[in-house]
Amino acid sequence: MSTLHYTKDHEWIRVDGDTATVGITNYAQEQLGDVVFVELPAVGKKLAKGAEAAVVESVKAASDVYAPVSGDVIEVNSAIVAEPAKVNQDPQNSAWFMKIKLADKKELEALMDEAAYKTFLAQSP
Amino acid sequence: MPRKSLRDLEPGANFIRRHIGPSDAEIAEMLSLLGVSSLDDFIDRAVPKKLHTHRPLDLPPPKAERTALSYLRSMAERNEVYTSMIGMGYYGTITPKVILRNVLENPGWYTAYTPYQAEVSQGRLEALLNFQQMTIDLTGLELANASLLDEATAAAEAMAMSRRISKSPANAFFLDRDTHPQTIGVVETRARTFGFEIKIGDPLKDLDPSTVFGVLISYPGSSGEIRDFRPLIDKLHKAQALAVMATDLCALALLTPPGELGADIAVGSAQRFGVPMGFGGPHAAFFATRDEYKRLMPGRVIGVSVDSKGNPALRMALQTREQHIRREKATSNICTAQVLLAVMASMFAVYNGPEGIRRMAERTHRLASIFVAALKSFGYEIATKSFLDTVTVHVPGRAHMLLAKAREKRINLRFVDGDHLGISFDQSTRRQELERLLSCFRTDALERIDIDTLDAKIIEVIPENLQRKSPYLSHPVFSLYHSETEMLRYLRYLQSKDIALDRSMIALGSCTMKLNATTEMIPITWRNFAMMHPFAPLEQTQGYQQLFEELEEMLAEITGFDAISLQPNAGSQGEYAGLLAIRNYHEASGQGRRDVCLIPVSAHGTNPASAAMAGLKVVAVACDQEGNVDVADLKQKASEHAEHLAALMITYPSTHGVFEEAIKEICDVVHASGGQVYLDGANLNAQVGLMRPVELGADVCHINLHKTFCIPHGGGGPGMGPIGVKAHLAPYLPGHRVIQGVNPAAGRNQAQGQVSAAPWGSASILPISWAYIAMMGAEGLTRASKVAILNANYIAKRLGPHFPIVYTGPNGFVAHECLIDLRGLRERCGITVEDVAKRLVDFGFHAPTMSFPVPDTMMIEPTESESKRELDRFCQALITIREEIREVEEGRADRHNNVLKNAPHTHLLLLEDWDKPYSREKAFFPLHSQRDDKYWPPVGRIDNVYGDRNLVCTCPPMAAYLEAAE
Repeated sequence: MSTLHYTKDHEWIRVDGDTATVGITNYAQEQLGDVVFVELPAVGKKLAKGAEAAVVESVKAASDVYAPVSGDVIEVNSAIVAEPAKVNQDPQNSAWFMKIKLADKKELEALMDEAAYKTFLAQSP
Repeated sequence: MPRKSLRDLEPGANFIRRHIGPSDAEIAEMLSLLGVSSLDDFIDRAVPKKLHTHRPLDLPPPKAERTALSYLRSMAERNEVYTSMIGMGYYGTITPKVILRNVLENPGWYTAYTPYQAEVSQGRLEALLNFQQMTIDLTGLELANASLLDEATAAAEAMAMSRRISKSPANAFFLDRDTHPQTIGVVETRARTFGFEIKIGDPLKDLDPSTVFGVLISYPGSSGEIRDFRPLIDKLHKAQALAVMATDLCALALLTPPGELGADIAVGSAQRFGVPMGFGGPHAAFFATRDEYKRLMPGRVIGVSVDSKGNPALRMALQTREQHIRREKATSNICTAQVLLAVMASMFAVYNGPEGIRRMAERTHRLASIFVAALKSFGYEIATKSFLDTVTVHVPGRAHMLLAKAREKRINLRFVDGDHLGISFDQSTRRQELERLLSCFRTDALERIDIDTLDAKIIEVIPENLQRKSPYLSHPVFSLYHSETEMLRYLRYLQSKDIALDRSMIALGSCTMKLNATTEMIPITWRNFAMMHPFAPLEQTQGYQQLFEELEEMLAEITGFDAISLQPNAGSQGEYAGLLAIRNYHEASGQGRRDVCLIPVSAHGTNPASAAMAGLKVVAVACDQEGNVDVADLKQKASEHAEHLAALMITYPSTHGVFEEAIKEICDVVHASGGQVYLDGANLNAQVGLMRPVELGADVCHINLHKTFCIPHGGGGPGMGPIGVKAHLAPYLPGHRVIQGVNPAAGRNQAQGQVSAAPWGSASILPISWAYIAMMGAEGLTRASKVAILNANYIAKRLGPHFPIVYTGPNGFVAHECLIDLRGLRERCGITVEDVAKRLVDFGFHAPTMSFPVPDTMMIEPTESESKRELDRFCQALITIREEIREVEEGRADRHNNVLKNAPHTHLLLLEDWDKPYSREKAFFPLHSQRDDKYWPPVGRIDNVYGDRNLVCTCPPMAAYLEAAE
C-alpha cells in the first residue's frame, strides 16, 4: 500500500516500502506554465533533505526541485527530459521526477498528507 | 510686434527645446489637467520636499548645437591618429561605408531596444542570428550567443562557466601567459571574488591538468604565436577540465578552428570585422561552445521558433538562464549584449562573404610574412615561429629607440620589453605603411628589398596541421548581398521589420528610451575618436583625456560624488565594480567579514546577480503594500546581520515608480550597521537637477549613460555604466593592467579591480553624453527631469480611469514612470499582459515593460522627449485596448477568438478568407491615423514554448526562407 505526501514547495512523494517517488504537483505545473526543460540528478547521487535535486523550467520561470527527503537517487525519469511537456500533461503520475531510497523514514512525518496540502493551497495567496 | 534685437534673434541654447518633447503650450495643458498651476508647483508636490536639493546644478551655460560640435571637434583634434600596429586585440579595420551609414549612423538601428518583444524585432534578430552563425562557422563550435561586452569579460564568463561544468575537484583556473594582458586583468579580478586560484604560465610546459578545472589558451597568442594545443586539450579532458580558447575571427579564416581542436569554449572580439577601435569600444565579443552546454552559456541567445501561423520567426531563447528570472542563481549578471556592434560585424561578414574574409586574412598574413622575410634579411631575429598577422621581433636593447623611430613615422608598435617589439598587421594596413615600417628597422631598407620580389619567395609558416580545411560562411546569407545595392536593400528590409524610436515612442519602464540626438551621435564616427587604439601613447590621446576629465566633472556635479570611473561598459558592470569597491574598502578597513548584501524584493534581477558575482550573500528585504521598502523589516535584517552587513542595493526612484519618502532613513539604517549604500542609477533620469544620489545617502551609484545620458540602446547594447563613489571608496575604483593612472586615487594598487577590457570602457560613445550635458546645461537638465515626471503623471492621469495605477507617492503623484494594473483580467476574461503587449503592435507601438516589478502590470516610462501629441496617441491606443478587453469581459467578444488573442495581425492574414468575428479595420487600423502610416508586423504571435523545446540557434536552411516566402 503506497502513501502520498506533499511539501510546501509543491512536490508530491509516493512511498512504497523504502522507495520514495518524487514529482511536482498539478498546482506547481499550472503555476509554471508550459514546461520546456527538466534537469534530473545523476543516479547514485546522495541527497540531503532540502538540497537542490532537479530543475524545471518553463519559458518564463525556472524553479529548483528540492529533495523532500534524504537518500540516494536510485532511478530518474528520462522520459520527461526527452519530452518536458509530459510534466504538464500528467504531473502526478507518469511524469514523476526521481526515485529516492529513503535514508530516514521519520522525515516523512514532517510532510503533509493530501488533506493538509489542499488546506495549504487554499490558504496560499 | 516690438522689434527684436540681434541678441534676441540669436539661437542661443537651441537644443533644450529640441530635446524636450512637449512645447510650453502643451506643458501648460498637461499641468492644467493635473490641476497644478506651474511646472515648479507640480514638482513641489510630486517630489517630497525634504529630498529637494539645496544646491542647484552648477554647470557651464548650455551650448548651441553648432557650438557643441565645434567644441567637440577641437577636442577630437587633440587626438592624434597614428597607424596602429599595437594589436593586443584591437586592430585597424575598414568599415564598409554602406554599413557605417545605414547601421551605425542610422536611428532605425541604433534607437531600437533589446529584442524582448520579438514580433517587432525580427530585423535585428535576423542580423544577430547571422552573427551567431558566423561565430559558429569560424570557431567550429556548435552554439554561439548574440555577443558579450568585450573579449576580457567573455573570458571571465568562460572561466565561471567552466567551473559550473567541470567535475574536477581542483579550484584553479590556468591562464596562458601569452594572453592579452587586459584579459588577464579582468579574469584575475573575477577569480578573486569567486574564490578561484589563478595560475599563469605556458600551458604546454607549466600545466598539470589535474590541478585545474579549466584553462584559457590563446590561439593565436597575444605575441602572435600559433601552437598546436590538441594533445594538451586531450589531457585536459581526461582530467575533466575544460579548454577555453581566446581566439581571433580573422585568424580563424586560415586556422583550424577551436572546435576541431577539441576546445569546449571559444571567446574573442569581433571588432576587426568592421567595427572601429574607438579607443577601446564598444565592440562585440563572441562566445561559442558545445551544444551540450547550452543552458550554462551566459548572454543572450537568438533562437528560431514559429509564429501563430507556423511560419519561422526569431526570438531570444533560453531566457530562464538570465538574471531577470534567476536572480542570484543566474549564469551571469550580464543583461546587455553589444547588439549594434554585433550587427555591424555580422553585416561585415555578409557583405564580404567567405571569399572576401579569406582574402582579407590572407592579405594580412602576407603582409606579416613579407615583413618577417625582410627583417630576417636585415639580420633580425623573429621571436614568433608560426604566426598569422602578429609577430614579436627580438631587438636586444633597442626597443625604446625603434619605438621612437616608428612614432616619428606616425606608426605605433607594441612595446613588449626592452628587447622585444610586437607588430600587428590588419585589414587597413597599406603597402606604403609596410614600407615605412621597414625603413624604421633599416634606413636603407627600400633600396635593399623589393616587396614584390620578397612576396614571390614567401614560404607558408602556418603548420600544415593547423591550416584550415573546413568551409565557413556557407549559408546563402553570406553570399547574396555582395553588391552595394543588394546590401543597402537588405539593411533596409531588416530595419523596416522593427519598431525603433524613429517610428514611435517606446515607453519602457526603467529603460529611459529618450531622444538620441543627431548632434550627439555625429562625433562618434569622426576619425579622431573612432580610429584610436586604447593603448596608444598618452600624448596622442589628449583629446580623449580632456573628454574624460570634463565628463567626469559633469557627472560628479550631477550626482554629488567625489570620483567617477568610466571603465564599466554596462550597468551590470557598474554594479559589479561598485560592489567590488565596497568589498575592498571593507577589507582594507579590517572588516573583510562583511559579506551580506541586502536587496529589496522589488529590485531588478541584476542586483542579486551582481552581488553573487561579487561574492556577497544576498538577503532579501520585504516591501510593504505600497511597494515601498518595509523599513521595519530592513531595520530587523540590518541589525540581525550587523556584524556581516556589507551593503544595501537600492534603486531610486524605486522600481515601482515612486519617490519613496523614507530613502534617507533607509540609508541611515544601513550606515548605522556599518554597511555601505549602493544606489542603482537606472532611474537617475528623475533625479538630475532635483536631488543627488549622494544627498540621499548613497556611497556608490552607477550611471546608465545609455538611459539618462542619451547613449542609444542600439537594439540591445552598447551600454555604459560608469560609477560614482564618495571619497573613501575612490582608491578602490577599477584600475587597468596595461594603462597606468586610470584611477588616480589608487596609489600603488593601479591594476586592482579591472572590470572591462578597455581602460575607459566604451570610450568612443562618451561624446554622446558629453554633448547632451553640454547642450542642456543646468537649466535644460533640470527641466528634462521635471518634464519626464510631468509626462509620466500625465499618462497616469489619462489612463487612471481605465487602468488602476498600482502605486503612487506624495499627493497621489508618480515619479517618472507609472505602473498600470492588469491584474485580475486573466481570471475574469482570460486576457493577459502579453495579449495587451501584442495588441499594441497592431497600433504600431512597442509594449511597455511587462510584469516588472509586479506580475501582470505594465511599467510605462515616457521620458521628457515625447510630445503631448505622441503621449495622447499612446494613451488612445491603450484606452482603445481597454474597451476591447471590456468586450471580452462582458461577453460581447469571444474569450479565445478576439482581437487581443489574435494579435498581432500580419499582412498575410489579408490573403486568407476573413473569418474573424471582428472587422479588418478593427484588426489592422484600430486608430484612424494609422491609415497614413501603418506598421505591419512581419510575424504573428511567436510560440516561445516551441522555440525553447526545439532549440535552433543557427540560420535556418534557405529552403525555410523560401517556403516562408512562397
